[in-house]
Amino acid sequence: MSLLFLIPLLPLLGFAINGLAYPKIPKQIAGIIGTIPPLVAFALSLQLFLNFDGQAQILTIAEWIKVGSLEIPFAFQIDQLSILMLLVITGVGTLIHIYSIGYMAHDAGFGKFFAFLNLFIFFMLILVLGANFTVLFIGWEGVGLCSYLLIGFWNQKNSYGDAARKAFIMNRIGDLGFLIGIFLLIQDFGTTDFQTIFAAIESGDYTTDLSLIAFCLFIGAMGKSAQIPLFTWLPDAMAGPTPVSALIHAATMVTAGIYMVIRANALFELSPEVLHFIGWIGLATALLGAAIGLFQNDIKKVLAYSTVSQLGYMFMGLGASAYTASFFHVMTHAFFKALLFLGAGSVIHAMSDEQDIRRMGGLKSKMPITFITFMLGTIAIAGIPPFAGFFSKDEILASLYHHDPLMWGLAILGSALTSFYMFRVFILTFYGEFRGTEKQANHLHESPLTMTLPLLILAVFSVGGGLINLPHFAGGNEFLAHWLAPLLPEAGEAGEVNFLSLEGGAPLLAAFLPAFLAIYLFGMQKSVPSEDTEISGIQKVIYHKFYIDELYELLFVKPIAFLSNFFFQVIDFLVIDLFVEGLGRFVKYASTEFRRAQTGNVGIYLFCMVAAIVVILFVSLKSSILH
Amino acid sequence: MYLLFILLFPLLIGSALLIFKPKNAFSISLAASIIELAATVFVLKEASLSPVSFSAPWVAEAGLSFSLYVDGISGVLIGLCALLVPFIVATTANTDRANKAQFQGLMLAMQTALMGAFLAKDAFLFYFFFEASLLPIYFLAAIYGGENKNAITFKFFVYTLFGSLFFLIALVYVYLQTPGEFHSADIEVLYQTAKGLSADQQGYLFAAFFLAFAIKMPVFPFHTWQPDTYTVAPVQGTMLLSGIMLKMGTYGVIRFVLPMFPVGVATWGLTASVLSVIGVIYGSIIAIQQKDAKRLLAYSSFAHVGLMSAGILTGSIEGIQGALYQMVSHGINIVGLFFVIEIIERRTKSREIAQLGGITQFSYPLTVTFVILSLGSVALPLTNGFVGEFLLLKSVFDQNLTLGIIAGITIILGAVYTLRLIQKSMFGNVSRITADFADLTGAEKAVLIPLSALVILGGIFPSTVLGFSEPAVQQLIQWFK
Repeated sequence: MSLLFLIPLLPLLGFAINGLAYPKIPKQIAGIIGTIPPLVAFALSLQLFLNFDGQAQILTIAEWIKVGSLEIPFAFQIDQLSILMLLVITGVGTLIHIYSIGYMAHDAGFGKFFAFLNLFIFFMLILVLGANFTVLFIGWEGVGLCSYLLIGFWNQKNSYGDAARKAFIMNRIGDLGFLIGIFLLIQDFGTTDFQTIFAAIESGDYTTDLSLIAFCLFIGAMGKSAQIPLFTWLPDAMAGPTPVSALIHAATMVTAGIYMVIRANALFELSPEVLHFIGWIGLATALLGAAIGLFQNDIKKVLAYSTVSQLGYMFMGLGASAYTASFFHVMTHAFFKALLFLGAGSVIHAMSDEQDIRRMGGLKSKMPITFITFMLGTIAIAGIPPFAGFFSKDEILASLYHHDPLMWGLAILGSALTSFYMFRVFILTFYGEFRGTEKQANHLHESPLTMTLPLLILAVFSVGGGLINLPHFAGGNEFLAHWLAPLLPEAGEAGEVNFLSLEGGAPLLAAFLPAFLAIYLFGMQKSVPSEDTEISGIQKVIYHKFYIDELYELLFVKPIAFLSNFFFQVIDFLVIDLFVEGLGRFVKYASTEFRRAQTGNVGIYLFCMVAAIVVILFVSLKSSILH
Repeated sequence: MYLLFILLFPLLIGSALLIFKPKNAFSISLAASIIELAATVFVLKEASLSPVSFSAPWVAEAGLSFSLYVDGISGVLIGLCALLVPFIVATTANTDRANKAQFQGLMLAMQTALMGAFLAKDAFLFYFFFEASLLPIYFLAAIYGGENKNAITFKFFVYTLFGSLFFLIALVYVYLQTPGEFHSADIEVLYQTAKGLSADQQGYLFAAFFLAFAIKMPVFPFHTWQPDTYTVAPVQGTMLLSGIMLKMGTYGVIRFVLPMFPVGVATWGLTASVLSVIGVIYGSIIAIQQKDAKRLLAYSSFAHVGLMSAGILTGSIEGIQGALYQMVSHGINIVGLFFVIEIIERRTKSREIAQLGGITQFSYPLTVTFVILSLGSVALPLTNGFVGEFLLLKSVFDQNLTLGIIAGITIILGAVYTLRLIQKSMFGNVSRITADFADLTGAEKAVLIPLSALVILGGIFPSTVLGFSEPAVQQLIQWFK
């Protein structure tokens, strides 16, 4: 317990060393300095996990903001939820640091990259360790900053910088909602402390509209976890180096919204209309992401839309109060999506930075480890048993089946799309003939051990991750459900599933049939997606992401730019200043006019004097009479 | 006596510089400002135990006294002033202004005026320094300013003078109501007296006082002097204006308006808050499309100060404490940011955002400090800007939900214009004028690195300042609630 503070502190130190000494530290050393902190933090988290006695503990580090009756300390909460998040963040984080040593080996910004990665780990740990909403918010905004820094890591390219800014600003829109949620909490509870607030809610000791608070907090989650309408930054975030996509934009940061809702489940449980809303937003996002994913040809873009879509599933689960199932999916998704991204990174590395799957093909024999691990990841995400994704997604689907059959049906549809687009990418990349340039063909190679080792480890978890919450029918003991039980309400989780029924059979069909279809189309028919110029109709609309970016541009960016110029050139310069300077001109004009009174004629002066005296006398006489 | 020292010492050295015009004006000025800082820290240590005061007769026949005092509120501001001036002086290092005795002398004279306004316990003494500060800054801008300086500084001078006139008239009015044969302009007597005024009187007086301070800060729509003046003034003048002088306005509202005219605030406070919040959004939106980096920062400062004003007007502990904290943070951040732009202008001869780019390839330290200062400005948690903005937004939100949400949009718009400025200057392709951009000099680092460190320290340990000011703010609130 006493070493707990080291868990976030070590990555912070790593950041400080690599950040301040950049670029003086040699790459090998920078890589080691960057990788040790998450590794040690993982070991400490594991120890915490193994020794955890079931009692949540609060560790107050120091006073932070204290004004009047409002007290917000730096405090950490160690409980079932934060410990699991610690394991995922430091575990997957360590693997991605190791991978980056190989992936970024030729990059001039190597040391800076590790500094940013460590800073991200630090903020992510603060996010999950925070014992109150405000400390959570430190991490919440901090990971947004790191995301910004890492998306724009190759800062010479303007489009990357634009993507980075877009991510930060869209997140900030969500963060404003979150901040308002915090203010509302303080208004009613006088604190942002989790335990105090949830205890008050459970004992009915509140007067406010909890739904409003839950809604505001969820706006924050929409930004961070890329849900409609704040999802468009995530696909653009793929501008960052691939390890970043794996760690931040798949495995950890984007799941912060789900973590937050689970953390505040006491609040959300009493806001059924908000939960309902969350469910439908999740569903819409899941379908939209999957639909766009169908037609993307950039290997990272497919994975990005897939992430958007999978996050939608997690929110659907939350909407049905299936917190364990959602968290289960957070964990398995962290494994297989990190695996897929790192696999994609390995491919891109070998292809000399080519990301278009139409230029790939036949990589199977050239990079066997990447091939096998990517295949395992694909099977896992498609929901094919007994891989990790099957169990976690199936749990969400099962809870939806009882919650809302329509939602369930649409979710099955989304699941089918997922299976199709993932097998499409997989086949187009690894099977068939190589479609790239000759130069690329000569350069093809399997990645170094630093990159393949993380792939292998993640592959093991993508295959076996289902064990974390293996249901009884499969011989498991539902570890995760039991572990999280003290923090969660009892309702909402589905019971046993019968695979011969519609409920059990449909997800299986949705996983297998589209996979076969994709294998048939792209593997056996050897069809290759057409060039950008050749697509048309609805396909074009979907390929261009339903023109949502263009819509936002039209609705927000352009009008604000117009207003900016209008305020500056018209309101400031013409309207307000006209008045201000007009006043000045009036004085000047008046002085020229009054000057005429100074004629130098003593007679007129005398007359004026006498007249004035009369007036003064009259006035004072009048007031003395009145009194 | 210590108070008299920290008040007059800069003026003493400053006038010596003006008269004797020594060759090494820079070293003298820097040393003086550091001694001033040390003395102020000493005073603040005393004041953290109990308020420190000094009083001598001034115009006894009129009941005016030369009384100074430092409590938790004025302490924060003299601390800010004493902290920033050495940095501002240091920004002249290695430029042709460094050993211009006149320039250095004017800056030090300015410091006395600023310290005086914050130290004054007699309202006329406050007024005296409030006006006196215009002279050195006027000369700084009118002699050392850029293009079109004469018209712009003239407008600035007349505009602010015009505002203070209302303040003076209103002050005389209240002063004449004070008891005793000679009356008094002691702040506490004024508090007492103003309390007895009718609601109507309170309303008019509130308007007159607030107008003067609103022009100084500035608050929408009294701001049109500000962007021009900030842009045209020499950068040290801009730093003095935005870092310290505008805080006379916010300080004035805390010190005079809130405790003297609680009824006026109750009646007209919301209107004033609405204007302030309009400024927050209006200034931020204008900043988004600015072409000149210095003017962009001017509008950003205008937006930030609007939120402080709105927070103060709530009269709540969070609002006032948040504003005090934000005054310090904003001072540190804006001085640093203006210096970054100055550094860029020194090397490229341009502040035009579109002409810049790729500077990070030549100066990693400049990029890092610029980003840190900007993060403070956009109020990222664990930077100094977050603490103030969090408390301010909360106070406005508690007072009026809609107004609070509208003011909150600043956290989005602030990110929009700040990140744009960073990207267009630091990142992207190297332009013709940024090629061969020279890395920071030692003197430049000596300013930017400590300021950046303060941004982060201020985000982690806000209680050093908040704890210092809390008792005085509590007392003030007790008074008018």
